Amino acid sequence: MECGMHLVFEKRESRSRLAAVLVPVASFFASLLLAAILLLITKAPPFFTYAAMFRGAFGTWANLSETLVKAIPLMLTGLGVSIAFRMEFWNIGAEGQLCLGGVAAAWVALFWAGGLPHWMVLPAALCIGALAGALWAGIPAALNAYLNVNETLTTLMLNYVAVLFSEHLYYGPWRDPKGYGFPGTAPLPETAWLLRLTGRLHLGIVFAFVLAGILWFGFSRSRWGFETSIIGKNRTVARFLGIDIPRTILFSLFLSGAISGLAGACEVTGISRRLQQGLSIGYGYTAIIVSWLAQLNPIAVLFVAVLIAALSVGGDQVQMSMGLPAAVGLLLQGLILLPMLAGALFTEYRFRLIHENALSKLRAAAGKEPSK
Amino acid sequence: MIELVTSILNITLRAGTSLIYATVGETFTERSGILNLGLEGIMLTGAVSAFATAYYTKSLVAGIVVALFIGASLAVIHAFLSITMRANQVVSGLSITLFGTGMASFLGQRLGPESNGYYLVGLVGPRFRPFTVKWLGTLPVLGALFNQDFLTYMVYILVPCAWFYLYKTRDGLSLRAVGENPYTADAMGINVLKVRYLATVIGGMLVSLGGAHLSLSYTPGWAENITGGRGWIVIALVIFAMWNPARAVLGAILFGGINAVQFRLQAAGATIPAAYLNMLPYLATVVVLVVVTWWEALSKKVGAPASLCKPYVREEK
Repeated sequence: MECGMHLVFEKRESRSRLAAVLVPVASFFASLLLAAILLLITKAPPFFTYAAMFRGAFGTWANLSETLVKAIPLMLTGLGVSIAFRMEFWNIGAEGQLCLGGVAAAWVALFWAGGLPHWMVLPAALCIGALAGALWAGIPAALNAYLNVNETLTTLMLNYVAVLFSEHLYYGPWRDPKGYGFPGTAPLPETAWLLRLTGRLHLGIVFAFVLAGILWFGFSRSRWGFETSIIGKNRTVARFLGIDIPRTILFSLFLSGAISGLAGACEVTGISRRLQQGLSIGYGYTAIIVSWLAQLNPIAVLFVAVLIAALSVGGDQVQMSMGLPAAVGLLLQGLILLPMLAGALFTEYRFRLIHENALSKLRAAAGKEPSK
Repeated sequence: MIELVTSILNITLRAGTSLIYATVGETFTERSGILNLGLEGIMLTGAVSAFATAYYTKSLVAGIVVALFIGASLAVIHAFLSITMRANQVVSGLSITLFGTGMASFLGQRLGPESNGYYLVGLVGPRFRPFTVKWLGTLPVLGALFNQDFLTYMVYILVPCAWFYLYKTRDGLSLRAVGENPYTADAMGINVLKVRYLATVIGGMLVSLGGAHLSLSYTPGWAENITGGRGWIVIALVIFAMWNPARAVLGAILFGGINAVQFRLQAAGATIPAAYLNMLPYLATVVVLVVVTWWEALSKKVGAPASLCKPYVREEK
């Protein structure tokens, strides 16, 4: 309509705090609403489904602890990818880094345990697991930092290599000869078992909380945190400020991969206690949802991880109690980001309806046509 | 020997068909400057919706139509988020994949008949069957090309058309211009947003068709994770083909061929670990990516659209 009004996008000077909290919350409810439509279409009662999911995820201590168990790898990989995302380095390789972390931890536990003092087996397994993740993330990091190779695609490709490698190991050379043909390694020696606090809830949750605290401090208070955020905002500016971009990227990605590797090591030593199918079930990809919903805030990552884990545990429970597909959880996880992405525009831009005259005055005040 | 080669070529093409559809689709999308990482989700949703429709209507055509529609709808979401809302394309694409995977899995466990516990798994529906073209089908090795199903034959038409459109028509030039430099394209009078929307939607339809080929022909029926990561392979193939739909065929044949050869090797009881063979395409892609980037750095144009993944913010005039 030619009424002389213009819709104007203005980039906000700083991201709106209110919108930063409201948008994720609103997105969560929007995704519940959207999924409700799908549930109705397929003749399932949305309200009862959600209630059952909630009870399934938080209803009893056992369920709550299971939700936390599932949240641990999401917390760790979520923290890991957040580091990379700060620099707009699209590390979607957390899945592969987690997987290799698990492989490396199993390697230490299975083949070195005899030669090491008992107390050293577990720390060594965790450290080597983290190291494996770090090195695996280091490849795309180096390719990007020095040759400017697109990191989205390299991290993605390396996921497949890592997962195929781990499958090859437990189907092939590492397969337990006493396993009745079941694909998986022999159980890890007890010296390599990660302490369980209650039920299956293992020490990994403590690692996640400690790391989140350290990263929160690192992001907001340290020179490194400042440098990574500048690199993310504008690499040219970062260069002018004298930031050593390749070194920062390499260091940060080592850290990012190490945390994801640790997640895999914790899964293997804390949950399955052997290397087998089920290590790589998409935690690394879900981590992207977690870190994005948490807006890369390490403390928020912890809570969002619990929420996302609740969706999948709740989904499993719905299958048992109502005979509905467990994939409801997956569906909700996938849906949650879509409104969030659309809403992100509101945190970064302001909308205004401006009268044509006012617009031309604004332009005149600004002097010239805006430059690119 | 000839028989063996013919049979491998035949399987290669069958395995490669879905990849070719999706690769051509994604090439179109990326050429306009939009990276769609939602392929895996779109393929899965395309596969499940095509199968469910074909199962209930007993019509393959209906299955295809629904798959095209679903592919277009998911692509529109991506287009809306990344073009209009200027969301991050990587994250938007990934969320389409997560959403599509979840939805396909959900529908696969919900759309089936009551007698099957609402599951689609294990049902037998209509499928595209291979048929032999007269004369051509009896050729020694090339006969493998003419013992295929309808969707594979369509590929023989699609690929040259896509190539011709992209490189020999005005619209194709516009499409590439938008992906290279949307500001210049806009100045030339091209409607950047429209071109990007169209390229994304058409790309999504082709990708979904690739998924439909899986559930209606290659591995008929619905199975959880029927794509087996093909959506991601396609992302690799587009780079491998250096954003050229004609070269996409070579890549798809390489990937499909590895499948086929492995099939044969396993049947022959070979002991080469399949894992290493399976890793090859992914490692090859990383190598190609490095080489492509290096060439680009030496300012030799090889095809990567310069504005890939960059939202277009139009300046007020």
